[in-house]
Amino acid sequence: MSRINDRSRPLGQFVPLPDDDRIICRCEEITKGEIRRAVHDGMFTLTEVRRYLRTGMGLCQGQTCARLVRDIVARELGVSPLELEAAASRAPMRPVEMKILANETKGAD
Amino acid sequence: MTACADVIIIGSGVIGSSAAYYLAQKGRSVIVLEKNEVIGNGGSSRNGGGVRQSGRDKRELPFIMHAVKHIWPTLSEELGMDVEYYQKGNLRLGKNEDHARILTGLTNSASACGLDVSMISGEEARQICPYLSEEVTVASWCPTDGHANPMLTTLAYYKRARQLGVRFVSGDGVIGIRKLRGVARQVITESGAVYEGERIILAAGYESRAIAATCGIDVPMTRALLEVLVTEAQPPMFYQMLGTAMADFYGHQSTHGSFVFGGSSGFEDTNKDNGTPTASSITASCICRGIIKYFPILENAKIVRTWAGWIDQCADHVPVVSFVEEVPGLILACGFSGHGFGISPAMGLTLAEMAAQESTTIGIDALRYDRFKAKI
Repeated sequence: MSRINDRSRPLGQFVPLPDDDRIICRCEEITKGEIRRAVHDGMFTLTEVRRYLRTGMGLCQGQTCARLVRDIVARELGVSPLELEAAASRAPMRPVEMKILANETKGAD
Repeated sequence: MTACADVIIIGSGVIGSSAAYYLAQKGRSVIVLEKNEVIGNGGSSRNGGGVRQSGRDKRELPFIMHAVKHIWPTLSEELGMDVEYYQKGNLRLGKNEDHARILTGLTNSASACGLDVSMISGEEARQICPYLSEEVTVASWCPTDGHANPMLTTLAYYKRARQLGVRFVSGDGVIGIRKLRGVARQVITESGAVYEGERIILAAGYESRAIAATCGIDVPMTRALLEVLVTEAQPPMFYQMLGTAMADFYGHQSTHGSFVFGGSSGFEDTNKDNGTPTASSITASCICRGIIKYFPILENAKIVRTWAGWIDQCADHVPVVSFVEEVPGLILACGFSGHGFGISPAMGLTLAEMAAQESTTIGIDALRYDRFKAKI
């Protein structure tokens, strides 16, 4: 069920934190501060944060940082992390070379 | 809850968000209503990012040409966010005589509309993009075409509009438009909320059809699936927008370095429909086979993800952007047929002018809602 989200509701001032430069998404080198700032820019869902910053869009596709990002976004919004829907997982599960994916012949190399 | 604004916009995609931004610039109050929990989660975030004039219907050309000339080049600065716009040209590739005929036809019709597009040889194409295979023997070339990042563009319009005071409410789908004294004024949502505005812009993609039906208007469109695959980051290679005569695939390299390629398997019309746009297991493989023939150098590039999206496909593949005589106050903006992203800045501008009751910079008569006539 979808949750009604008024994106003009006040979130309070953005307050810099001492660990804002900590890297959270290692594949794309996105910091905690960038994620927190994105929420204040209006990115209220994990999908929007991902599209805005590329968190979880690198080689691991979010398998490392998804929960960390979720917790940071939830805290910034003042909601439970359980209320935030995870961004969609996309096939393939692991990166696959084009020539492998292209080859559908049985028994081929 | 009742909420009033000068303009209510249904749909937070790149069309609705850009219209909201240009209206806010004019000092109008705007509320944008989005059914999904995520801003711009339909076609606006699910397209190939083409900012392409070549191959466009002549009714759309004035919009995309205006956008390319006057809006796209400075959009990142205007919105305060990099939308990754590149104007490095569009190559449409062919490998044989049949392809050459198709490309020549497209080129001639675009030239007739005043667009700078020409036919070039395989060698000339390889000078523009040295990674093309020797199989490419012919191409069309439009140097003023390009691409941008659709997700960032949509969110940039959203972010800027929000900063300018536009109210966005997501997760509450619109179930109907209600007339008061013969004029469309109220928008009703699933939660029972009523929003009221002087003008209502309906820009909800395919879902616009059901909403328009609540005030007796029908826009002839269907839903078509498109699928895209994304590679891991590659070294910077080329920034042309690419396509082929047979539409085997289309795509580009993004700022990040990944290649984004769209395509189809041919089974889109009959794929299982589970209610969400889902990538099928056969399509990415099919697109890869297409790409490798044209770009053998990419055969070892790894695919990191695939995704799918729906296009609101209008009966004549051209959008409906129109006032409605029977429903004063309503402005339709739907049926973009997969061409909405490139023209979105010009469409947002036009919709803002329409809603503000100004004369439009670009003529809208060719996009009217009542243009559909039976064949005999």
